[in-house]
Amino acid sequence: MATVDVDLPHVKDEDPHHHGPAKGLGRWLYTTNHKDIGSMYLIFSLCMFMIGGTMALIIRAELFQPGLQLVEPNFFNQMTTMHGLIMVFGAVMPAFVGLANWMIPMQVGAPDMALPRMNNWSFWILPFAFLILLSSLFMPGGAPNFGWTFYAPLSTTYAPESVTFFIFGVHIMGASSIMGAINIIATILNMRAPGMTLLKMPLFVWTWLITAFLLIAVMPVLAGVVTMMLMDIHFGTSFFNAAGGGDPVLFQHVFWFFGHPEVYIMILPAFGIISEIIPTFARKRLFGYASMVYAVASIALLSFVVWAHHMFTVGMPLVGEVFFMFATMLIAVPTGVKVFNWVATMFRGSLTFETPMLFALAFVVLFTIGGFSGLMLAIAPADFQYHDTYFVVAHFHYVLVPGAIFSIMAATYYWLPKWTGHQLNETMGKIHFWLSFVGVNITFFPMHFVGLAGMPRRIPDYALQFADFNSMASVGAFIFGFSQLVFIYNVIQNVRVGEKATAQVWEGAQGLEWTLPSPAPYHTFSTPPEVK
Amino acid sequence: MSGSTYYVPEQSKWPILASVALGLLAYGAAMTITSMTADRDSIGPWILGSGFLVLFYVIFGWFKDQIREEAEGLHSEQLDRSYRQGMLWFIFSEVMFFAAFFGALFYVRTFSVPWIGGEGAKGVTNMLWEGFSATWPLLQTPDMKQFPGADAVIDPWHLPLVNTALLITSSVTITFAHHALKEQKRQALEAWLAATIVLAVVFLYFQAVEYHEAYTELGLTLNSGIYGATFFMLTGFHGFHVMLGTTMIFVMLMRCFDGAFSPEKHFAFEAVAWYWHFVDVVWVGLFIFVYIL
Ligand code: HEM
Ligand SMILES: [Cu+2]
Repeated sequence: MATVDVDLPHVKDEDPHHHGPAKGLGRWLYTTNHKDIGSMYLIFSLCMFMIGGTMALIIRAELFQPGLQLVEPNFFNQMTTMHGLIMVFGAVMPAFVGLANWMIPMQVGAPDMALPRMNNWSFWILPFAFLILLSSLFMPGGAPNFGWTFYAPLSTTYAPESVTFFIFGVHIMGASSIMGAINIIATILNMRAPGMTLLKMPLFVWTWLITAFLLIAVMPVLAGVVTMMLMDIHFGTSFFNAAGGGDPVLFQHVFWFFGHPEVYIMILPAFGIISEIIPTFARKRLFGYASMVYAVASIALLSFVVWAHHMFTVGMPLVGEVFFMFATMLIAVPTGVKVFNWVATMFRGSLTFETPMLFALAFVVLFTIGGFSGLMLAIAPADFQYHDTYFVVAHFHYVLVPGAIFSIMAATYYWLPKWTGHQLNETMGKIHFWLSFVGVNITFFPMHFVGLAGMPRRIPDYALQFADFNSMASVGAFIFGFSQLVFIYNVIQNVRVGEKATAQVWEGAQGLEWTLPSPAPYHTFSTPPEVK
Repeated sequence: MSGSTYYVPEQSKWPILASVALGLLAYGAAMTITSMTADRDSIGPWILGSGFLVLFYVIFGWFKDQIREEAEGLHSEQLDRSYRQGMLWFIFSEVMFFAAFFGALFYVRTFSVPWIGGEGAKGVTNMLWEGFSATWPLLQTPDMKQFPGADAVIDPWHLPLVNTALLITSSVTITFAHHALKEQKRQALEAWLAATIVLAVVFLYFQAVEYHEAYTELGLTLNSGIYGATFFMLTGFHGFHVMLGTTMIFVMLMRCFDGAFSPEKHFAFEAVAWYWHFVDVVWVGLFIFVYIL
């Protein structure tokens, strides 16, 4: 990021119009404050992370040994489905929106989000959507059991009754995401402080601008595909039924047209976070700021034309296979640019390894492993072997757990002192980091091996030869899962006690948010700061 | 703009109530539809109904607050710009919603129907229904028992053509209304708005006539295979948008009677006009790709 010099005439709340937070429950229900809403998003996301994590541990407990021991196969399927849905839509996405709420106004010098009431609305839809989704666990026939990708006809002809609740849950969740994204775009385009030109914006802001565009473009497509499901299930249409001239493969095309950009929605803000953290702890400017921006933009555009790499084995004409194979590989180029720039930023920097930096470094290394396995999967003929095996599970968990989730944890540790006014407890942070780092790798690395050897995903039982690696993965999962309790402890402790943090917090930190006192005042900037 | 203070809207109870409304609507709709298909009674319709009640309460209350605050001059120019951008992005999201259904139409026409008929790279699927031949409009579905195809489809050169003329004219009349507003010609404004509403209502009436004819005379239903599915999905979803748009224009007319909107500040009016043009453009796409081709 370009260095930002600022004039700060008023950072304190002198304006009588700007009083502090309201009292009691009403503060949270009616709030229009970006910090309150950001906190609610983050807390909601943490709850979902725990619920989704519990489901993951149920899955791993069942898979600890071959054979069926703990749960019914149908319940196992419900767990894999709900785990995926909750983690994607309930944990990762809301966490990034929460971070956006907290940080974007502070980073662009705005008093709040552009549309504060809509902001409150976007958040409060989520608890209702997930209440509906979770309530399906207690319905006759059980929760959705067709996988988070809900392929037709599993999710239409053969679906449990709760599928309709799932469909409407997705509808309102989508409305929440679209409103959240509109708000973020309007904030970034419209609320920047004078002098904050587009190419002076911090990368977290840039990546969110592009992510929000992706969200507005593809969430409606998700709504469209579930609407077609609804029609097929209840109103006699045949979108996904060949007997009427439709096609189940059509489902997959529409779903993945949403689904692939969706995975980038879960990683682009992470790129932004890492691009903020590494320069701070390397005490150097980010290497190749402009190329970072262009890389993110080209990743986002390319992500619209690669969707069928999820469908190589479903039966596509040869030109389709070849086109989607090469288009997918093309994405590795801008991704490579980003990794190169992060490494180049650290080169000859004066590095220190505080907790946020440890998570950021682990991100760079482990996300790259996930990128490489992605490249392997992108080779269509090879994917015929890998598809629907644990190799795919290993791939996307490497990009999502030590990728997206680690970046969220890095961001939390990085900005927490700004939010609470308390310095981090580094020892506890490092304990959390090392337990997580070890746990993640023990869990997901062996999955590459069993996947290459042919173990299918989404099955509660497996052949004997996969037993060792699976028990290993299960042990890792429990280490990772329980080490998150350390994270929760750290956050709660930091809110309650801790050394008083300075405004700058981290020695090398640059940017508008670090010019504000810690904790940041309830209303960020009552008059626009001047950015030179 | 530097030096001016920012304006942040006050706390409000409407967003949370709106979330409650959406929650009730989603849960109620799911319960109603599920029990309908399973042919049993449920409290779904009551939940759905209460959702609508809360929703209407919110719509009235929220807009009332909004209008009051605007009248008090609380809204800054910056907020106005945010509203504009928000509306444009919302319309873009609607475009993508329609794109999903148009995409489905293109896919079945260029790929899946010909494949089932034995054509091209995936023509082996013809073994599923031997002797099935691909045509468009698809009147003979692969499985005529499960999805009895239509006898005929709607002729584009009758009602649909009239409807196209109606909607395009209505786009023009709302633009006239906008100009009248900017020139302070209140009577012309009200007249053009009323004309737009009449055109829209006639359009909706003709759509209803067409649906009636499709169901009773042509055997073209939701159940008549992929032609009926895409036809009703696209036109129905569009018709729903026309209804929404008409309601919004109606509200604008009522507000005009109340003396709302100045030549400089009339964002609500403009937003509705944009929305209306969008609904029109989608119709032109429908007319070409659903009816004619
Ligand atoms: C270099 C970049 C990447 C490439 C080349 C790539 C490629 C692929 C391919 C070809 C598949 C399909 C495998 C199969 O089902 O046989 C896949 C699956 C997947 N990828 Fe990636 N990927 C990349 C990055 C990412 C990122 C950044 C994320 C998310 C943050 C991600 C998330 C996923 C998910 C969730 C799936 C599995 C979906 C499912 O079937 O449940 N990928 N990837
Ligand atoms: Cu993908």
